Amino acid sequence: MISVRKVSFNYPDGPQVLHDVNLEVKDGEFVAIMGENGAGKTTLVKMFNGLLKPAKGTVAIDGVETKERSVAQVSRDVGLIFQNPDSQLFAETVTQELGFSLRNFGFSEDVIQKRVTSFLHLLDLEQYATASPFVLSGGERKRVALAAILVWDPKHVIMDEPTIGQDYLQKERLRNLITQLVSQGKSIVIVTHDVEFVAECKPRVVLLSHGTIIGDGPAEHILTDPKLVDQASLKMPQIAILMNNLPSADRSREIIDVYSARDFLLPRIRTGTGTTQSPQKVA
Amino acid sequence: MSLRFVQGFKFTKLDTPIHNLDPRSKFLLILGFFTTALMFTNIFVLLVVILVQIPVVLMAKTVKRWLQSMRGGALYAVFIFAANLIFGTPLVQAIAFGIRFLGIVSAFSLFFMTTSADDLGLALEKIHAPYAIAFTFTTAVRLVPTMAIDAQTVVDAQRSRGLELDKGNLMKRIRNYIPILIPLIISAIRRSVELAEALEARAFGATEKRTSIATLKMHFADYVVILLTIIGLDLAVYVYLRVPLPNPVIPIQVPHIKL
Repeated sequence: MISVRKVSFNYPDGPQVLHDVNLEVKDGEFVAIMGENGAGKTTLVKMFNGLLKPAKGTVAIDGVETKERSVAQVSRDVGLIFQNPDSQLFAETVTQELGFSLRNFGFSEDVIQKRVTSFLHLLDLEQYATASPFVLSGGERKRVALAAILVWDPKHVIMDEPTIGQDYLQKERLRNLITQLVSQGKSIVIVTHDVEFVAECKPRVVLLSHGTIIGDGPAEHILTDPKLVDQASLKMPQIAILMNNLPSADRSREIIDVYSARDFLLPRIRTGTGTTQSPQKVA
Repeated sequence: MSLRFVQGFKFTKLDTPIHNLDPRSKFLLILGFFTTALMFTNIFVLLVVILVQIPVVLMAKTVKRWLQSMRGGALYAVFIFAANLIFGTPLVQAIAFGIRFLGIVSAFSLFFMTTSADDLGLALEKIHAPYAIAFTFTTAVRLVPTMAIDAQTVVDAQRSRGLELDKGNLMKRIRNYIPILIPLIISAIRRSVELAEALEARAFGATEKRTSIATLKMHFADYVVILLTIIGLDLAVYVYLRVPLPNPVIPIQVPHIKL
């Protein structure tokens, strides 16, 4: 479990970025941290693996405070995937890139080989095994960076803006991968502005604004609250906007994805209730 | 690893006599410190080169950031000292080389902390440097803080992958920096290519003769600084040629290291 208690933080000579933040992420939970630029999202997740230590309060991973351990020790349990893959890629081949962290953590060579092969397959990178990471496209580099973290099997996985530069197919793959990781009991935290991706995944959403948590709950509840969404400089998902614009009889505030909207609207269309008249148009 | 020492080279707009100096006179002053530091290997003179800069730092109100740059520079000074000692340089001279480096770091930190990139560009144009070169130089200066942020991100990313920079013997520690340097160099190259393309897309170099709204003008204080620099340099040359300067005797025998 990731436990953040009364955490405040400011960068040296800078303003306070986080104010008295409390947050708990349980094992097997999927959380999306959202909020405006400069809200303190990345600062908060950098505390999860000990890169930043709180000025006040505590951050504990499975009961052990990050202050008591080195970044390498905490990172064994908390994998942090940075927004820009170019911040970490350096090796001659994708295979070497994946093996780097495993060697740092002291895995044996045969385990390294097995894991690298397995994760190249999992993230559809087999054809690039001997290629330089620098010749790959932006989306592919992002997948290499993801594989390079998942390869050591951290218990908690943090992803900073994982959908940037990814096409729809890759986002779908990412969504499936997250589902798979959550089913393995891993806690997944993503930092994102991508409301449509969150609307499809429907995780728990933590809304951050000016270093303070202003909302915490199911995506359907948070992303359909106009005040909260506005305060965090976000936009409601398209489906939520559509539902809000329907005549009052058809409104359902907490619908954010196409399938839930279909399930809600179809019976009404078939029975002719509400104001929607043409079933063919929706189907 | 913190890269906060780069703050010691970052310009901040302040209204102080040093900030208000013409960049040309300021550069001449810094060149004076630099030349004197290079001329001497005497510890006392090199310490004087640093001490003389302290009143200037105080006048520029940049003590805190100057100390940051000196703290960062001190690490490299220790490395220079150790490397010289390993390769057989006498102890006193190895110390002098370390102090010399600090004197140079101090001077350039002072210059960059008090001179904006725009002023620097204007000064280069004023001495008839081609505009492309002046622009390249000022852009490089402007990008230093951005590069420092990039470097910190790369360090954080690699530490998150279990890299421990301060672990192992000297060779291992040096090797530990490869995963830091490669992403940094690659991103710098990528950025420069993108910048060049963006400049070309905005017709950079289309006009041969450029005019500038802001112009530089020397004031009384600038002439005083130039005069003091010339006097100081003359004095340094005189001491270098005429005054025998004994180095301190350090009663420590350094064993010769066979390589």
